[in-house]
Order: sequence, then structure tokens, then C-alpha cells
Amino acid sequence: MGPGVAWYLAVAGFLFGTGTLGVLLRRNPLIVLLSLEIMLNGANLALIGFARNLRDGDGQIFALAVMAVAASEVVVGLGLVVALNRKRITLDVDRLNTLRG
Amino acid sequence: MLVASAGNVLVWAVWLAAAFACLGSGVAVVSFSNPFYSALALIGNLGSLAVLYLLLSAEFVAAAQVLVYAGAVMVMFLFVIAYIGPRSESPWMGGPSWQAVGAVLAAGALLIEIVVVIGLKASGRLAHSEHVGAAFGSPATIGRLFLTDHLLAFEITSIVLLVAAVGGVILGAHSRRSPDEVPSL
Repeated sequence: MGPGVAWYLAVAGFLFGTGTLGVLLRRNPLIVLLSLEIMLNGANLALIGFARNLRDGDGQIFALAVMAVAASEVVVGLGLVVALNRKRITLDVDRLNTLRG
Repeated sequence: MLVASAGNVLVWAVWLAAAFACLGSGVAVVSFSNPFYSALALIGNLGSLAVLYLLLSAEFVAAAQVLVYAGAVMVMFLFVIAYIGPRSESPWMGGPSWQAVGAVLAAGALLIEIVVVIGLKASGRLAHSEHVGAAFGSPATIGRLFLTDHLLAFEITSIVLLVAAVGGVILGAHSRRSPDEVPSL
């Protein structure tokens, strides 16, 4: 018998905590986006672990939907980063605190 | 019996390697100052997560993880990082270190909350179910679930992807103006 679902949940929780730390602590928007991916993947791992535990495929469906939403979020986030870079605005999320410049 | 225990040792070894690679590369993503190295570490993170998904008998999700995430999304990330050039984060200018303290406290509180909630709510049901059928997590099962029970989620996902594609095009084209025009910002 392999590792139980609790071990996978532990990994998922630590991944989510690591991603949270990156999102809150880093100021480069690219690294904030990458840390967001880590958070989403931690949630995905918990979903798939519970799907295996309950022998129900719905968790995997949810994980696939999360993947699609993550891809959309990356498209919009990277579009924002490119637009900021074109306007020669410093890539620092602590300085991006006004909407109309 | 001997064969079964050897298989268990193998599963545990693969799990340990994948889990530690996953956690280590996750910490590396957060701690590298160059976003290029962070993106490369995230590719390792996604690959080791795909191994964990395989151990959880989610073959289709593991394949989609490698194709969609480690393939498409990370290539997009690397293109954008290459486009805007390698720029490291400006160092703390003696700035608000209470921000860092608050971030660490918030992340720790979130982690403790996750552990406590899972321990309270689900600790009785976390016993590993021994066997799942061979069809569990196969593309046929996933496809049937998507097109019967979760058809609405499937369609909404496609709409979300379409909206994101349109938004990406608008965001990318919006700032492409002639240089003599005064920028609106």
C-alpha cells in the first residue's frame, strides 16, 4: 500500500503555503504569477488526492477546470505585464497602486 | 507477499522523490530573484506534480498537466520573460519590513488553518481506498464525465478560455500605438 491521501494533502498544503508566501512577499509581477501557479497546483493536488480517496472522478474534472482557468489567468496576467512594460512602467507590484496613472 | 512489499517500497520511493522535488522546486520558484530561473524551477515543480498525479491514478490529468502547463503555459511565460528582459527585483530600500513579517504570518496562519480543518473534518475518512478500477482516470472516463454530468462546466470553461484569448489580444494590441501619439497614461 502506497502513501495515503493524508501525505498528498500535506504536500498540497505546503505547496499552497509556499505559493502564498511568494504572492505576498515578492514584488516582481512575473514571480507573483508563478507563485499563483504553485497555489493553484497545490489545490489541484488536494482535489486529485480526494478524487482517488473517494473513488470519484469529479475531483479530476474540477482539477481540469482549474487548469483551464489558470491558463486564462496567465494569458491576462502576462498581457498586463507586457502592456506595463511597453509603457515603461516599473515592474513592481508595490508601486502599481493607482488605476489611472 | 514479497513482491507486494517490493512494490510498496518502490511506490514510497517514487512518492518521496516526487514530493521532495515538488516542495524543493516550489521553494526555489519563490526564492530565486531572476524570474527566468523561477520559471525553470516551476517546470520542475509541474513535472514532479505530474508524477504524483500518476501515483494517484489520474493518468489523463497528468498528461494534461505536462502538455498544457509544462508545455504551453510555461513556454508563454518564458517568451514574456525573454521579451521584457532579465531584470531582477530591486532590493528592499530599507522599506516596510512589517510587510514581510505580515506575509510570513499570513502564510503560516493559512497553512495551520488548512491542517486544522483537514484534521478536524476529514481525518476519519483519509484511509487509502485500496483499489480503483483500471478505467479510473482514463481519458474515456474523463470524457464521459465531461460530456454527461459536467457538460455545463465544460461549456463555461470554453467560454472562459475564449474571453481570456480576446482579452489577451486586446491587452497586447492596446499599447501598440504610433510613437508620436501621446500615450493616455
